[in-house]
Amino acid sequence: MRELLLCPPDYYGIEYEINPWMSRARGAEAALAKNQWEQLHATLSTLDCKVHLIEPRPGLPDMVFTANAGLTVDHNFIPSNFRHKERAGEQPFFAEWMKQRGYQVNWLPENLYFEGEGDALFGGDVLFCGYKFRSDIQSHRAVADMLGCLVISVELVDPRFYHLDTCFCPLPDGGAFWSPLAFDEYGQRAIREHVTDLIDVAPEEAMHFSCNAVVIDRDIVLPEGAPQLVTKLQDRGYHCHELPMSEFIKAGGACKCLTMFMPQREAVDGRDGPRDHL
Amino acid sequence: MDSETIELRGHIIDSLILPKVLDQILTHGANFKITEINIGKKRADQSFARIEVSAETGEALDELILRLRQQGAEVMERANAQVAVAPADGVFPRDFYVTTNQQTFVRFDGKEIEVRPAIINSAIALDRKNSTARAVKFFDVNQGDEIVVGHQGVRVVPVQRAATHTDLFQFINTTVDADEPKSAIIRGIGDELRRARAAEGKIAIVVGPAIVRTGADRHLLRLIEAGYVDRLFAGHLFAAYDVERALFGTSLGMNPDLAFARGGHENYLRAINTIREAGGIAEAVQQKILTGGILHAGVHHEVDIVLTGGIRDEGPMPGVTTDMIEAQKTMRTKLADVTHVILLATVRHSLAVASMLATDVKTVCVDIDPPAVERAIEHQPLQSIGLVTDVEPFLRELADCLGESGARG
Repeated sequence: MRELLLCPPDYYGIEYEINPWMSRARGAEAALAKNQWEQLHATLSTLDCKVHLIEPRPGLPDMVFTANAGLTVDHNFIPSNFRHKERAGEQPFFAEWMKQRGYQVNWLPENLYFEGEGDALFGGDVLFCGYKFRSDIQSHRAVADMLGCLVISVELVDPRFYHLDTCFCPLPDGGAFWSPLAFDEYGQRAIREHVTDLIDVAPEEAMHFSCNAVVIDRDIVLPEGAPQLVTKLQDRGYHCHELPMSEFIKAGGACKCLTMFMPQREAVDGRDGPRDHL
Repeated sequence: MDSETIELRGHIIDSLILPKVLDQILTHGANFKITEINIGKKRADQSFARIEVSAETGEALDELILRLRQQGAEVMERANAQVAVAPADGVFPRDFYVTTNQQTFVRFDGKEIEVRPAIINSAIALDRKNSTARAVKFFDVNQGDEIVVGHQGVRVVPVQRAATHTDLFQFINTTVDADEPKSAIIRGIGDELRRARAAEGKIAIVVGPAIVRTGADRHLLRLIEAGYVDRLFAGHLFAAYDVERALFGTSLGMNPDLAFARGGHENYLRAINTIREAGGIAEAVQQKILTGGILHAGVHHEVDIVLTGGIRDEGPMPGVTTDMIEAQKTMRTKLADVTHVILLATVRHSLAVASMLATDVKTVCVDIDPPAVERAIEHQPLQSIGLVTDVEPFLRELADCLGESGARG
């Protein structure tokens, strides 16, 4: 059974602006946000998984986006080094929480920015990592050293899709859905070479954070507003749960940003496998 | 040309980071050389590449490196050059760095300075106050001068093939043997000289006494008159033969047209004496004593004539530098702005001139002796053409070809 980590939105709000979605002037409606988060929590709870909650902290409004806390593989937790000081305060709480639950905490060098599952997603045995806006490519190398797996580093080029999980969502059958324009041409090529069945998300649907989805076996929890994508996923035998996410999209996050896998992957295989290509 | 060495590590092949970095270097108009690469064998193995990146200016390089850092490139720290002081006038410190004629940079205080001029077989003297570095010969060095020792912090940029247009010198870039056709190449050389003239290049001709003895001097005369010679380098013997021929119709007693002696070696000594009596070559021209020949034409057409002596010289004639150190200095100065050099039928003089050329000087060497040609152009890779042939037909054909099209007024 998959285990997930969520953080209630008690202190959630748009208190600063660190991506193009955030606007303090517009703000997020607290009651509606709470309602939307509870729907996500309820939906995930009905699926084949166990949901853990971390206690939210005042002054850390984005702690609700647990995906950015770090990357968990097997019994190892790699805490994030946030690029923005506004979020740096989240790190010790997550690290302590994971440690208390028996995870081995492996710290990255302080000078390497890395924003956890937000920029690191497994597709098969390959760890896809995004870089530029939040994580540094140098951190990918350190993560690869820690995990001993193939890391495909892809450059993100659209500031609206500043984390990998805002524009790329791997599926358990080896495929993925993605917004190609969020990547440079080399990133697009690298993804195409390592993912067999790619579903392109239309630009207007990608703007609804459709790629920011939680995939649990054949169930996909994603923000509403992507009928074309949902049809394509249903055609492939997936069951889609569409949720309203408007108040979190205002901060540049949705279903996946609000969820961290514990762990994302049990163990990494393929350390000794041959190279795919040169 | 500025350069830095960067290193890339990680899954740079599967992530296409290596091709991306190389593409970015080229699209920024810069260049690269992969000096080391190690590709992981297994899927999870990381790869490594060390790349030397060079750009036209320091600013362009800095901007490019900034972009490459975003792709994970790490810039290698480079060490400063090591220096030691010259222990005495005319003596280099032990382990002094010996230069090539290729573009060379030395790094000190974290910055690279180009060594100017680029002279082969020299040491490098560093002037910290003015942030300059120059190639120095023994006679240039004074006690206490800072001289580069060892290889650390010294970077040599090999001559690169031109990427933009077909260059005759790079295309041929070899010696054309005696039994191979030469007309097309000579026409190509003619075109090159014409372009050099149009671009205000400087053409130097280095000549040996065979020019006069074979009767090729009449064709060289046409080149001078047509304005294709800016500098003329020759030894005392050439000068003496040229004057003898102008005054008596012979060279070392031989008449190239009649091929028999009239007066033997006598004429040679009388010619030298005439110039000594007149006070110099230019003076002999002014006094209308010397009214023909190459030197006469040179004086008339304001060719810079550099005459140097040798151990067997008679006389010498006034205007011939016999102090070898002075001769070296003068020749180096007169070659500093030369763009094209034609070495004609003279082994030692050609070798001396060739040893003073920067690598980007286009060089043609013509001699009947194949090893002489090889030796003269060995330091000018990608910039030289050697022709194994008698010099007279070469000059005749070149002068014909340049004469057809006219030259400067």
